[in-house]
Amino acid sequence: MTDKPFNNRAWFFVVPVLAFVLFSSIIPMMTVVNYSIQDTMGANNFFWNGDGWFRDLLNPSTEIGARFNDALFRTLAFSFAALAIEVPLGIAMALCLPRRGWGVGISLVVIALPMLIPWNVVGTIWQIFTRADIGLFGAAITGIGIHYNVTQDAVSAWVTIVVIDVWHWTPLVILLSYAGLRAIPDAYYQAARIDGASRWAVFVNIELPKLQKVLVIAVLLRFMQTFMIYTEPVVVTGGGPGSATTFLSIDLVKIALGQVDLGSAASMSLVYNLITLTVCWIFYTIMTQLERRRDA
Amino acid sequence: MRQSLAPRIILVVYLIVLMLPIYWLINMSLRTNSDIMSGMALWPHHPTFEKYIGIFNDPTWVHGFGVSLTYVAINTIISVTVALPAAYAFNRYHFIGDKHLFFWLLTNLMAPAAVYAMPFFNLYYAVGLFDTVWAVALAHCLFNVPLAVWILEGFVGGVPREIDETAAIDGYSFPRFFIRIFLPLIANGVGVTAFFCFMFSWVEELLATTLTSSDALPFAAVMTRSYSASGMDWSLLAAAGVLTMIPGAVVIWFVRNHIAKGFALGRV
Repeated sequence: MTDKPFNNRAWFFVVPVLAFVLFSSIIPMMTVVNYSIQDTMGANNFFWNGDGWFRDLLNPSTEIGARFNDALFRTLAFSFAALAIEVPLGIAMALCLPRRGWGVGISLVVIALPMLIPWNVVGTIWQIFTRADIGLFGAAITGIGIHYNVTQDAVSAWVTIVVIDVWHWTPLVILLSYAGLRAIPDAYYQAARIDGASRWAVFVNIELPKLQKVLVIAVLLRFMQTFMIYTEPVVVTGGGPGSATTFLSIDLVKIALGQVDLGSAASMSLVYNLITLTVCWIFYTIMTQLERRRDA
Repeated sequence: MRQSLAPRIILVVYLIVLMLPIYWLINMSLRTNSDIMSGMALWPHHPTFEKYIGIFNDPTWVHGFGVSLTYVAINTIISVTVALPAAYAFNRYHFIGDKHLFFWLLTNLMAPAAVYAMPFFNLYYAVGLFDTVWAVALAHCLFNVPLAVWILEGFVGGVPREIDETAAIDGYSFPRFFIRIFLPLIANGVGVTAFFCFMFSWVEELLATTLTSSDALPFAAVMTRSYSASGMDWSLLAAAGVLTMIPGAVVIWFVRNHIAKGFALGRV
């Protein structure tokens, strides 16, 4: 695809997109930058604070620094746990889906349903579902004698948030993988059958490489979303018990809106955003390099 | 290919597990609060629709539902419309800064809503859009427009360039070619893109709540308010929750065939 003609007039096609995205991205981002380098004594009195907020934030011995460090570690652990379960499960389920027949439509609708529920409703569903007194899940787990209490026990809270995310978002991986699988031409499978390839060989040599692009998208999207998770834990655990499930976004909102500590919150936003960006960029670069090497 | 039984069974088990929390919500919504608190019941023994009737007769809830659907529709239309030419440009041409621009667009997907909540409030307040459906619709463009460009670019790549050239030789002007020939060819992609835009706008709650206060209060926010107002009205919350699933279910029903046709997303 390197023979694309060079044409700067193509910019005109991109201008509408830029207009919409810039309006919602650059102006708010500049507001954040503005807050991050100033301090305020209230009453709209701002004065220059340079890199003071950033220095506090990145120094784990300060109070805000320690808090940021913990939240960052928690969020990374959560993203990792969620991805480690969702990606393999999603691929496996996509392989189990029928390729034709009446089952396809119904299965797809049922699978997509959890993704189409507003996030605070997802929280509400699980808040009810995990209660030991009125929820099926909570009652069942307590019934077999396991100590389970979402609002008081850190382990329960953690497991619950991961289970919710797996329930909520594995469908995205399934849909993308399924769409990718359907795009593989039948000729590939016929060739494999002639060669007498085993099911596993077909998966490793045909399906997985063909799925690579969709999977990169799935992993990137899922990483961004898990790293930004906010609504579900707020509704189900409120970030607790203690601060066991206080992820970065939750902490950020607590600092910005709860304590109205704009400088800290703004510097934290920027660092937070930069981390997401870096991780995605590294992943993106590695995957595109791998692909180029295989094509060569 | 011989279809063995095991995948079918695994799939059915997964689907049942997936449906359990939703079934439980429906179960709750059909029972009264005193019934819920009096003990577990695997199905509603005395089903009642009183909460649903209550919601339909309360203008706040009905208005909220309309508001949510309105901004989602506006956002989906804007996103798909502006993303189409951009996706075409990214796929067909080289231009100064194209690669950087593409990655920069994607970075907007990585901005946590929590970061933007307060600056958005300031911005939309300043331009006088606060508490209108337009504020939410425009705010959701931040992540939906880049997503739409990303998805559509793959579909544009699936159409051979010879078609563009043949149309030009046949004397089609570009706009006419784009609308009459090109759009029908990627109808599948437009469907899939619209689905994803609908989805991410419909489920987003933090920005939608921050940017509205009364006139344009979305359904989800009405729900959040009823949290504290009425103690814990589990039955009402469950009924409202069930109602929020219906538009999504309808939309996925319409696009299921587009997804089933399969798509290999182009550039990552």
